[in-house]
Amino acid sequence: MTKNKINILVCGGTGCRASNSETIMENLKQELENNGLEEQVSVVKTGCFGFCEKGPIVKIMPDNTFYTRVKPEDAKEIIEEHVIKGRKVRRLLYEDPETKEHISDSKHMGFYRKQIRIALRNCGFINPEKIEEYIARDGYDALGKCVTEKTPKEVIDEIKLSGLRGRGGGGFPTGLKWDFASRNKADQKYVVCNADEGDPGAFMDRSILEGDPHTILEAMAICGYCIGASIGLVYIRAEYPLAIERLKIAIDQAREFGLLGDNIFGTDFSFDVEMRYGAGAFVCGEETALIHSMEGERGEPTVKPPFPAESGYKGKPSNVNNVETFANIPVIINKGANWFNKIGTEKSKGTKVFALAGKINNVGLIEVPMGTTLREVIFEIGGGIKDGKKFKAVQTGGPSGGCLTSSFLDTPIDYDNLIAAGSMMGSGGMIVMDEDNCMVSIAKFYLEFTCEESCGKCVPCRVGNKRLWEILNKITKGDGTMEDLDLLKNLSNVIKDTALCGLGQTSPNPVLSTLDNFWDEYVAHVVDKRCPAGECRALLHYVIDPEKCVGCTACARACPAGAISGTVKHAHSIDLTKCIKCGACMTKCKFGAISKK
Amino acid sequence: MTELKNKLNSTQIDQIKEICKSFNNEKGELINILHKTQSVFGYLPAEIQEVIAEELKESAAKVYGVVTFYSFFTMQPKGKYPVSVCLGTACYVRGAEKILEEFEKQLNIEVGETTPDGKFSLTCLRCIGACGLAPVAMVGDKTYGRLTPEDVKGIIDEYKD
Repeated sequence: MTKNKINILVCGGTGCRASNSETIMENLKQELENNGLEEQVSVVKTGCFGFCEKGPIVKIMPDNTFYTRVKPEDAKEIIEEHVIKGRKVRRLLYEDPETKEHISDSKHMGFYRKQIRIALRNCGFINPEKIEEYIARDGYDALGKCVTEKTPKEVIDEIKLSGLRGRGGGGFPTGLKWDFASRNKADQKYVVCNADEGDPGAFMDRSILEGDPHTILEAMAICGYCIGASIGLVYIRAEYPLAIERLKIAIDQAREFGLLGDNIFGTDFSFDVEMRYGAGAFVCGEETALIHSMEGERGEPTVKPPFPAESGYKGKPSNVNNVETFANIPVIINKGANWFNKIGTEKSKGTKVFALAGKINNVGLIEVPMGTTLREVIFEIGGGIKDGKKFKAVQTGGPSGGCLTSSFLDTPIDYDNLIAAGSMMGSGGMIVMDEDNCMVSIAKFYLEFTCEESCGKCVPCRVGNKRLWEILNKITKGDGTMEDLDLLKNLSNVIKDTALCGLGQTSPNPVLSTLDNFWDEYVAHVVDKRCPAGECRALLHYVIDPEKCVGCTACARACPAGAISGTVKHAHSIDLTKCIKCGACMTKCKFGAISKK
Repeated sequence: MTELKNKLNSTQIDQIKEICKSFNNEKGELINILHKTQSVFGYLPAEIQEVIAEELKESAAKVYGVVTFYSFFTMQPKGKYPVSVCLGTACYVRGAEKILEEFEKQLNIEVGETTPDGKFSLTCLRCIGACGLAPVAMVGDKTYGRLTPEDVKGIIDEYKD
């Protein structure tokens, strides 16, 4: 932010940009110009605010007014009313769903109240394209402190003491990983940032890179200092053009300020960062696969050991950490390990960022202390289930995780509890499902993903997952048997035990967790040939309730297959042998007489 | 490898060679070279891969192996207006499959295909990070959010000039 009196912050994250935040920004600037205010008021493009459901977000500082679902045509009113006359535009304020009260300060919104922002601390506050704004919020202080006042060992000990664990999914202690890499002697070592966020439904890494790219560069340099590396590599998905662009700008600015390059802070420590691009392969999130991909090869994983800390990129010791892990580092150095390790649970310290999505009222990016319960996340922060429907399951950990039922709602979220519950932390995707989602279909959806993304190197993953998918497909078509359910379980366990890398070893998790938690739903598909959620089309039957049907003939006219018969003013009926299950009749019926069974 | 359908002309071959040279013909830069080449030509057919293989002194099989491994690389030309439907989990649970089916129906092609007039191509992608707008689809760089199957026809009509 600049020192002007009023700053208008507009979200430039992917979600808000998709709903025209760029045009909002242009219009705001135009209105300021029309009123001769361009000197006193600045429009700042920030990173993601997190509350994507209510985007595009516009925030006015210093009075902290948070406008939601802003449209480009609202720019005039915001400038004329708020900026010039000092009156808040009420219709754009957030309305509390319960009290119906209009809230202008985000601090008081249910969505933000329970959050503690460490990794996301700067997202939505600074202009990510200006290094000065990062520096103004203690940016690069931690790096300065490390290279001028501490030895690498002291820094590693601090990270160990903080209890920080890898946020990419594995949960391996970060300090320990750095320690291993620092002990291996070599003429060249590498720091690698894993920004290959492949979990469909997780977008925290991209939001950090888009909203606060310097924090990653600073943390990578600190890591380089600790392990003795002079080159950092960011492996980023080519599908993230905005994050790439902002990171490039950040690298240039940091070089210009002498914060990357030779003799940083006047010491003999030199460090620079380069970019490497992924090309769309989920398995490349696995560190050995990622390294092969950076070397220009197919991104196939290899057996560990050797670990990257011994032999990584180009055969040199390399330390690979995820974006969110890095984002915690500068704060730990600045505020101390003992501040950080007070947050969270006994074995999982600090906070975790979750991408909350699916059938939930407040979709967005949230950061909560470890140990927060699923209930708090889904019902307090997330505002409960959409359209007043019933909560059915929450899926955590992406394609490697599992589906948890309402009996786990009071489980405090941390690495170990989620694993004990049959799911995992993963990168932090959290997808909420309601009564209309069929759990067999969800398992099939994830298996389809795994089959597509399996690199094909080992048989259990390449062949086994395909067989799992086929059995699930058979069940959703109504052709499953009880033996199939046993087979699903056995095969899943074999794949878990024998696959080469993390992708294969975790790929049966969605199947196993749905079998455990939603056994009855599988049985309904197999024995009763019925899909309780009404999602599996092959098992659906549309029926007309003769009590409610008035004989208006609207359904019969809408039916493309001519499957509905009946005369005017008499109850109609559906010929199930002709019905193609398109649902057109149900949409047309004004009397609620047609239902899916 | 697939059959050679079209021959490259000499300017195109020079362009590819130039790209390889800008990365010092280094084998380790293969993925970057493919990115750059695809951004120039739009896709990576077999004949382009063969030129790259020759320049890097690699086998064509190796290059083909890398191209087919990564979903970002395509051997098919895309349509003038590439349509991508997000099938990330957040979009999936909010009914993305029905949106995809509707696009297939309206465009009369399947996922991975291009319309005969070369105008539209249809692909799926996994999460563009706009989960708040789920389900979403993109046409070129433009994102359409909170879609229902009924919206699909209108979107396609926008591009029918």
